[in-house]
Amino acid sequence: MRAMPVFRRSRSSKLVDRLMRGVLWSIAILFVVVLILFVGAILKQGWPVLNLSFLTKMPETLDAGGGIKPQIFNSIYLVVLSLGLSLPVGLGAGVYMAEYAGKGRTLNFLRLCIETLAATPSIVLALFGMIVFVQAMGWSFSIRSGALTLALLNIPVITRVTEVSLLGVPRELKEASYGLGATKLQTILKVALPYAATGILTGLVLTAGRAFGESAILVFTAGTNASAHFPDFRLTVPGETLSVHLWYVTSDGTLPDAREIAAGTAAVMIIVLLSLNLLVRLVDRIIRRRTR
Amino acid sequence: MLIPTVPETKPIKLSVRNMAFSYGQKKVLDGLSMDIHAERVTAIIGPSGCGKSTFLKCFNRIHEVSSAVNVSGDMKIDGVDIYRGGIDEVDLRRRVGMVFQKPNPFPKSIYENVAFGPRLFGVSDRTTLDGLVEDALRKAALWDEVKDRLKESATGMSGGQQQRLCIARALAVNPEVLLMDEPCSALDPIATAKIEDLITELKESLTIVIVTHNMQQAARVSDYTAFFWLGKLVEMDLTERIFTTPRVQMTEDYITGRFG
Repeated sequence: MRAMPVFRRSRSSKLVDRLMRGVLWSIAILFVVVLILFVGAILKQGWPVLNLSFLTKMPETLDAGGGIKPQIFNSIYLVVLSLGLSLPVGLGAGVYMAEYAGKGRTLNFLRLCIETLAATPSIVLALFGMIVFVQAMGWSFSIRSGALTLALLNIPVITRVTEVSLLGVPRELKEASYGLGATKLQTILKVALPYAATGILTGLVLTAGRAFGESAILVFTAGTNASAHFPDFRLTVPGETLSVHLWYVTSDGTLPDAREIAAGTAAVMIIVLLSLNLLVRLVDRIIRRRTR
Repeated sequence: MLIPTVPETKPIKLSVRNMAFSYGQKKVLDGLSMDIHAERVTAIIGPSGCGKSTFLKCFNRIHEVSSAVNVSGDMKIDGVDIYRGGIDEVDLRRRVGMVFQKPNPFPKSIYENVAFGPRLFGVSDRTTLDGLVEDALRKAALWDEVKDRLKESATGMSGGQQQRLCIARALAVNPEVLLMDEPCSALDPIATAKIEDLITELKESLTIVIVTHNMQQAARVSDYTAFFWLGKLVEMDLTERIFTTPRVQMTEDYITGRFG
């Protein structure tokens, strides 16, 4: 019989292991610190401006002391409209790709299209929206031009998230469903989608956050003016959002308190995004507790 | 290939004649013929990779869900061809239930797991569902353990309970045949014993086909045993004969542990 070697781990391999752990920790901490400083700076600058009148007043065009009420409304309205348009399309496309397309060329081609669309810079989508909706369709700068173009930004993300979440559903669960005599549609609706729901929901909130913060697309499609009526649900009026307002007041330069308004607007956006992310965590936890 | 020549009072539920199965180019099963009788337990044994699980899955066509397969020859249930007799595969799977190797309850409540099947077929009345759920859980010898926590998640149960829940779930749609694919391979001996007792009770009203790695289990629970090797049926006979006086040398070698 051959003699067995002595299996001893070298000192350096333990050291490298520890070192790696330290490096990863430092990167994580650095990242969190930067984030806190960043958010802190925005909130600190915006805090003195944030009060009820800032949130509930109409903006001024020349004088100081204007509010951001219609911009808050437009931001939310556009996110809801664009998600309303992109959710059915994205969800449907994702279900098709995960469950119906089968493997092969068609699926690869579809995935390439979706990924290209997802990677398209938003300014390109913005110009597309301006040429097609604003000019060719003659809708000018309006909520509907903005919502449709914004939907183009959302669709690939929702599609991909839906597909990936559905592919993560364990095969055993689908087999159990088929084994009981379920059809494909029943299996998708009753087993696969509920299981994938938390993943899809998370993706949806991330999409909502991205749409909420989007500026380039909306500058060119929804415009830089807000309706003088409130709340204005018409789809044909221009709809300046928070992020567009933030950009517009600082670059236009006619408002004496542009800096303060920008700081306050940025703070509001950060607060909304943070709450949105906390909300999704909460919902996710509740769903998980109920179903797993 | 040897088919048992014993008198049998129970009718033939499933019959297989010269059946072959392939995934693309690869032939997995070849030249299989056997009769499976109602209200009997038929065990399929054989070394890993001999095609016994694949054979089992042909009876409810569940492999068609994930890949393109090719089945030739005859496979009949009550004399009607499973593949060419105009049977809808979704309806077939209701009639031919399946219990899988790893317990696979849905991440839902115990109640919802059992009610899942009946709901697929449009049963929505609460009283009817309650009755079906209770009956199925009783048949699976699980009712007394779970009757006070039907609303709790099924994934919090022990492995053995989960597997009996999966049996209850399969029974809730009133199947005629129950296919069991190594149902105890992930369970401890006590949970295994409970499942085995259950199999003996269930055969009163069901046709059971069980694939198992465990030869003692085959000897304990089955009436007939079929020995598979490399995608072929080597021998099938009454279980007691297979384990005492097999007619083929290879069967004897396998059950005495000389290979496999």
